[in-house]
Amino acid sequence: MENIRYDLITALPEIVVLSMAMLILLADLFLKQTNRIAIYALAQLALLVAAFITFSTHTPSIGYGFTGAFVDDAMADVLKLMIYLGTSLIFIYTRQYIQLRNMFRGEFYALVLFSVVGMMIMVSGQSMLTLYIGLELLSLSLYALVALDRDNARATEAAMKYFVLGALASGMLLYGMSMIYGMTGSLNIADINNALMSGANIHSVLILGLVFVVAGLAFKLGAVPFQMWVPDVYEGSPTAVTMLISSVPKLAAFAFIMRLLVQGLPTLAVDWQQMLMIMAVLSIIIGNVTAIAQTNLKRMLAYSTISHVGFVLFGLMSASINGYASALFYIASYVLMTLAGFGIILLLSRKGFEAEQLDDLKGLNQRSPWIAFLMLIVMFSMAGVPPTLGFYAKFTVLQAALQAGYLWLVVFAVLMAVIGAFYYLRVIKLMYFDEPIDHHPIQAPFDMRVTLSVNACALLVLGLMPQGLMSLCGYAIFKSLN
Amino acid sequence: MTFFGLHFQDIVFYTLAIILLIAALRVITTRNPVYAALYLVLAFFTAAGIWLLLQAEFLAIALVLVYVGAVMVLFLFVVMMLDINLDKLREGFWNALPVALPVGGLMAVEMVMIVGVRNFGVDKVVAPAAKPADYSNTAELGRVLYTDYLLAFELASVVLLVAIVAAIALTLRERRESKSMDPAKQVLVKKADRLRIVKMDAVVENTDASANAEEVK
Repeated sequence: MENIRYDLITALPEIVVLSMAMLILLADLFLKQTNRIAIYALAQLALLVAAFITFSTHTPSIGYGFTGAFVDDAMADVLKLMIYLGTSLIFIYTRQYIQLRNMFRGEFYALVLFSVVGMMIMVSGQSMLTLYIGLELLSLSLYALVALDRDNARATEAAMKYFVLGALASGMLLYGMSMIYGMTGSLNIADINNALMSGANIHSVLILGLVFVVAGLAFKLGAVPFQMWVPDVYEGSPTAVTMLISSVPKLAAFAFIMRLLVQGLPTLAVDWQQMLMIMAVLSIIIGNVTAIAQTNLKRMLAYSTISHVGFVLFGLMSASINGYASALFYIASYVLMTLAGFGIILLLSRKGFEAEQLDDLKGLNQRSPWIAFLMLIVMFSMAGVPPTLGFYAKFTVLQAALQAGYLWLVVFAVLMAVIGAFYYLRVIKLMYFDEPIDHHPIQAPFDMRVTLSVNACALLVLGLMPQGLMSLCGYAIFKSLN
Repeated sequence: MTFFGLHFQDIVFYTLAIILLIAALRVITTRNPVYAALYLVLAFFTAAGIWLLLQAEFLAIALVLVYVGAVMVLFLFVVMMLDINLDKLREGFWNALPVALPVGGLMAVEMVMIVGVRNFGVDKVVAPAAKPADYSNTAELGRVLYTDYLLAFELASVVLLVAIVAAIALTLRERRESKSMDPAKQVLVKKADRLRIVKMDAVVENTDASANAEEVK
């Protein structure tokens, strides 16, 4: 029982965010509509306090809590800080959008914070049970957020699809976990690894479990051939929620894969490498080729996400410290890119109008040269044009794959990236060389404009000086896997 | 005691297992959703019986209480209140069958091959040592729930909280036309608000006369 204090300290950031979410639910009852901004401030404060705690209690050593079900290591801390930053940006970008759509309620912020707790648990989960509950907490909050705009039929349909397919994926994941549990007799990641090292188990049963686990994870990550829900959900959800779904949860999904496959099942690396390889190649093909045919901006970004997930899997399948670090680097830069991209879509939307068609970007340069320039950076970064961050991210991932000996796959991925550049460049063509259809002035709060500018410019600056972020990712992976 | 080489336990198990399989199959094949829900109740009951055989008494009773007692009753309410057009749900069945059948069949064959007796037979998986008669399942569950699995237990409560918040956020609408009471106003009510004392002159009614008149009619 004397351990309980230590347990609570390791999980202090989670406790803070969770308590704040509940406080927001209560405070919402007593606040008038005009004072609702206080809820926004509370939500930002929760992230700030959690970030402070995570940062100040950080040590390079690994600490376990709750009888080994929870871990506080360098990877967990780095990923948590990234999650806070990403969520904080989401709050800034979405404030005006949800105010205009009658979604500016305590529930929105509480549910987002609950999903943040879910992600933090996934990042720190050291047992299959903890990981799974974290994932469910995240997913359940996201389903509710998609449907939060109740009178929107498209959003309701998207929520239904997301919910049914997500439940199916959870079922597959659990079935796979039960097989692994049956063979190793433990839910704990470290114990599973030890049991597998000692050898006395049946390979075919483990492979069956592994297939189900990987399929479930691929579903959540949105990798081909489990990507069917991604475009529909991205298109149907309110853009503010699409922004959330497409960004920070990918960090948590990365952590889930790292914990379960890399730390728990390294003895089966040869098997999951092959599965990840097939999914990576298919994701890059389907993502890039299908995106060309899209006229809806959100659908296009959905397919773009699928291809980015393919590149992340490229890093993971290399199964080396270098590969994992580059995958983490890729996913961090992807989150920055996608936040800036959706931020601009939110900026162009106004009351009663959603800027979600490609045509809505026509002639953006004449309407606002600065926003057009920011979008230019984002699109260049997503396409992987030097000197942006996206180029460096693709470069490190492919370099790691090359070191692992996948020469032809790397050549193929580069070809696909070139095909993918077409649809990103088409956006730039629309912005700079077409006449605007829409002449409404672009209105946005000052803090959103500034943050968006910093976010997009960071893609350029970090692309020129990636060493800092790269060494952070390397540090996180290296300290946690040793 | 044995019958045809089967222990009594085996006979109970096979009986329960057969009923469970038939009930589960009927859940998805029956046309009437109310019957489907009732078959699901039967499936839960037999599953609880199998858990009893495994000496998991607390879980077996919890399954009956929670699923049969609460969840399925709720489910029946929903099924009876919603007007579900089953023919529309079944529309895509024959189109999807040529793809679904081979995929499902393949998965079933694979799973039977791997999860079958070859890997999980009685000789492979050793039965756990028998517990003494006064061994309490409930106490043991409670002990690990609040120590080893404390984190998961607390997080499960957060998941339930999210479910509550989501359900309320998605369904609660403030409708002006709905009539509701405000308890705060109700308790502030004074006698004078409800009771009006009217002064009027005393009137004597001729009851006999009116009663006679009724009879005549």
